[in-house]
Amino acid sequence: MSAPLKDITPAERARSTSFHEASARTRLELLLDAGSFVEFIGPEQREVSPHLKIFDLPEQFDDGIVVGRGRLDGSPVFVAAQEGRFMGGAFGEVHGAKLTGLLRAARQIALIPVLILFDTGGVRLQEANAGELAIAEIMRAVMEARSAGVKVIGLIGGRSGCYGGGGLIAGCCSALAVSEPGRIAVSGPEVIETNRGVEEFDSRDRALVWRTMGGKHRRLLGAADVFADDNVQDFREAALELLGLIGSFGLDSLKAEQERLADRLSRYGACLDAIDIWTAQGIACAETVPELPADQFIALADEIGRTSRDAR
Amino acid sequence: MTLDDILGSLFPDGHEIRKDKGVLLGWATPRCGEKMLVVGVADLTALGVDEAIRLSGHLLASIGRDSGPILVLVDSDSQRMSKRDELLGLNEFLAHLAKVLIHADMSGRPTIGLLYGHSAAGALLATGLATRVLIGLPGAYPAVMDLPSMAKVTKLSMEALEEKAKSTPVFAPGLSNLVQMGAVHMTWSNDVSLADQLKVLLADLPAARDQRDALGKARGGRLKAADIAERVRDLALQAL
Repeated sequence: MSAPLKDITPAERARSTSFHEASARTRLELLLDAGSFVEFIGPEQREVSPHLKIFDLPEQFDDGIVVGRGRLDGSPVFVAAQEGRFMGGAFGEVHGAKLTGLLRAARQIALIPVLILFDTGGVRLQEANAGELAIAEIMRAVMEARSAGVKVIGLIGGRSGCYGGGGLIAGCCSALAVSEPGRIAVSGPEVIETNRGVEEFDSRDRALVWRTMGGKHRRLLGAADVFADDNVQDFREAALELLGLIGSFGLDSLKAEQERLADRLSRYGACLDAIDIWTAQGIACAETVPELPADQFIALADEIGRTSRDAR
Repeated sequence: MTLDDILGSLFPDGHEIRKDKGVLLGWATPRCGEKMLVVGVADLTALGVDEAIRLSGHLLASIGRDSGPILVLVDSDSQRMSKRDELLGLNEFLAHLAKVLIHADMSGRPTIGLLYGHSAAGALLATGLATRVLIGLPGAYPAVMDLPSMAKVTKLSMEALEEKAKSTPVFAPGLSNLVQMGAVHMTWSNDVSLADQLKVLLADLPAARDQRDALGKARGGRLKAADIAERVRDLALQAL
């Protein structure tokens, strides 16, 4: 017997909603405390990209990103969610400026954390220069906010993954939660194949894409801190967990990150495939990792530990 | 200008900058001013995990110990596009390099980028675009996205794209477009010694505050970014 819709608690709804499939607005609605979200420059303001019309492309009234404030377990947070279904969640001038403004406010207040729900292919081609520069400004704003004591958390599990400059912004965050479909990389599979040939990277080999760029590999590598199951409630809990774990940022964090990344290169720099890396990490039957259900994978990842804490 | 010409003109009294596998690391003392830490990517080298970790390591060995500005020379390819680099987490290595540069700039080591050749995409974000002041030299030819790739994705002809590029700096490659966007602060001249131009810059460095959106607005290249960012910031501050 199914319960009437009104009897379903928000947590149950969030638990049964795929983060991957949901829109940016649904993700925010279910991630935050019920009814707490307030948008800044919402679609009613119609602040569209001034550049897409050059290419006769449709605009979207929010330019593919929703920014605002809300509450998480009662505490205030700033949030930004990219909409991967509009232009692949790519960064354009307006899209990027909304996130920059949010981060600048967070820096000034220095108390309220920022959650970024990435869902992006990177720079928006049709406004490539504006998009690239927007990403540079966001990276600077993230680091200025973190230096002022702000926690900046990235949640990655959207359709478009977190590619290009999005991957660099993710690398600037205090901590990341990622789900299996969340992919983090700079060059996408098709870009590598186009530039270097199918021998270098076969973009149609989906298993190869997942195990090279997908959430499980990123968690095992220490590129992401927490692995979330693909539902909004799990991302909410991951965000809360990370908010409690993040320490302060400073020169020591960068020195620790240098050591962490140099160590990764010396340990795994000669590995040809993710399975070789997982095997070198001491995982028995590494080839079965892609098939592991979330709970078993999380147990395995917890054994490997968190290499990235205080080192990013 | 070749790299040797540039270094000779910048540092006529000599320098200790070594190039190894496309990566520049070292020190130099300008005619007037403090000793500078110098890093860079040369010879159109792609910026991959191996290059990035050496650059960030050189920077970190100096930050917190030495003083003086930091010069970042750029003539690179884009990020290295390979399975190995992505497997090892290239996004973290590039972000780390940018973070180190930004942190240095915020903690009393002003960063100056000098774009003297090519650069693109992730490589530009991790180097020149992570500095406080990015200078372009005549002949530099940055390209976030090249027109042939863009023609492929947009399904427009090269002619159509070139025509559109005349009316907007927002997507087309080239130094002048990045100047108009506010990404490149100024272009130096080849007719004056670079040492003199560096001296002028060092004597009057802009504050360590990101003003590229305001610059882009003033130059007519990005009319909305600064206002949108400011409006969101105000709304967020009102939320208190």
